[in-house]
Amino acid sequence: MGYFKDISEGFSSTIVGLKLSLKHIFQARKSRTNVGIEQDNYFTQDTGIVTLQYPFEVLPVPDNARYRLDNEIDDCIVCDKCAKVCPVDCIDIEAIKATEEIGYTSDGSAKKLYAAKFDIDMSKCCFCGLCTTVCPTECLTMTKTYDFSEFNVKDFTYHYSNLSPEVAQEKRELLALFQKEKELKKGL
Amino acid sequence: MLVLNFVIYISFLLACVLVVFYAERKLSAFIQDRLGPMEVGPYGAIQPLADLLKMLHKEDIVPAKADKWLFKAAPIVVFIAVFMGYAVIPLNANFVGSSVAMSVYFLLSIVSLDIIGLLMAGWSSNNKYALFGSMRAVAQIVSYEVPIGLSVLAVIATCQTLDLQEICMQQSIYNVAFEARYLFGLPSLGIEVSQMGGILLWNIFQSPVLFIAFIIYFIASLAECNRAPFDIPEAESELIAGYHVEYSGFRFGIFFLAEYGMMLVTGLLASILFLGGWNPPFINIGALKLADYTSGVKGEISSHIWGAFWLASKSIALLLVHVWIRWTFPRLRVDQLMFLCWKVLTPLAIIVLLISAVWRLLMVM
Repeated sequence: MGYFKDISEGFSSTIVGLKLSLKHIFQARKSRTNVGIEQDNYFTQDTGIVTLQYPFEVLPVPDNARYRLDNEIDDCIVCDKCAKVCPVDCIDIEAIKATEEIGYTSDGSAKKLYAAKFDIDMSKCCFCGLCTTVCPTECLTMTKTYDFSEFNVKDFTYHYSNLSPEVAQEKRELLALFQKEKELKKGL
Repeated sequence: MLVLNFVIYISFLLACVLVVFYAERKLSAFIQDRLGPMEVGPYGAIQPLADLLKMLHKEDIVPAKADKWLFKAAPIVVFIAVFMGYAVIPLNANFVGSSVAMSVYFLLSIVSLDIIGLLMAGWSSNNKYALFGSMRAVAQIVSYEVPIGLSVLAVIATCQTLDLQEICMQQSIYNVAFEARYLFGLPSLGIEVSQMGGILLWNIFQSPVLFIAFIIYFIASLAECNRAPFDIPEAESELIAGYHVEYSGFRFGIFFLAEYGMMLVTGLLASILFLGGWNPPFINIGALKLADYTSGVKGEISSHIWGAFWLASKSIALLLVHVWIRWTFPRLRVDQLMFLCWKVLTPLAIIVLLISAVWRLLMVM
């Protein structure tokens, strides 16, 4: 009786399959709410439409998420620790010694170096976050911005220096003059 | 008149295809817990038009080694074969493109001509996948003609006519003046339903065995339209797209339209033969004359609109079941396909034909 058994099995499995997809059509009345991984009910929503209409809806990002780097250059003392600790060498800093104290960061550290160049190449960045942990003034942070694609890979290099090239050149000359004077003084 | 008929049928076809195309994308999305098109228009409602525009923009590529004449003619042959079938479909109680006395016969034969076009497309593409696809399509369509023919024959045995408009009319409340109808078609039960109309006059209720014929017809029509789970001719994962793999742009669009037109014509035929055609499903209950309200007055504009509306919605509903099935089942193997056709559907259809012939005797006794 294999013949009739096959037919009845095919029939019943057809019904089961159709029921399953019908169930999904009914469940599609609701969408899943956009809860982040940090919320308790993140894993409990197992019915409804899963699509996230991305640019219009976004999932909340956890607080300890590591995405695009941002440097608050006014709080930066150009200590170069971040560039040294970076495993992929994506931070490029050129410091110029100031001849006098420039000012103070928001946590009261004295700034004694100009950042002629403070470039972060986000296309190289491996998002390990080491630079943010070593930063003494906590001016280098990882933000929640993760959608920062570019058409040109060069645009991934972010320039944080607040000195224009001319001013930087001026400061360099000033430093050279200062050092020359110092040597002259030593020579005396 | 000829041009007007053409315009009416092509706009009916295009309107239904656009609705079905959008509904298919939405429904398949919902089955898979997605949203489907959302960007073009409100809830993506004009996505089909955007797709149509995209298709018209694309380059019409003819492969260098293709048999150019056949290649160019194939989509047109397929579309003409399918579209000619529409000529005999009665859209409502008063309008039929061509009232032929043997319209069922004409429809079945002219629509099966499209396999010539499919074979032309597959052969002339000079592509092994296209050829595989078209050979599978032809084998499948030719074999599934048998259960389709037998289940249609069961209806014809019940209705005693080959005219589609006549078959519709028999299931209609307009028929009251000519013939009395009884519950399940059996005068011996003594319950006359010809005044009640609606679903009780449909062929699947007049002769309940036709419900099995309907199921057989429906399964076979899935195969006839190369729809999943019988989509081995265009199996994406093995044959890329089957016979239309080499087509692009407008010619692909014609194939696409012909494919949807084929689905729609089987849906229309199913609704005419089994589900009452252009008749409403509602029943007159006492003073509540639902069937009369939703049929309109014969010969007036109300009956034109209601008829076309009911026919279109029945066939679109059947096409939505196609979609539901498509996104539920995996593809059948060739041997399973042939097993289902020759060893299951065909014997069952013969038995159903026999019983419906007996039922016809009970109907007139």
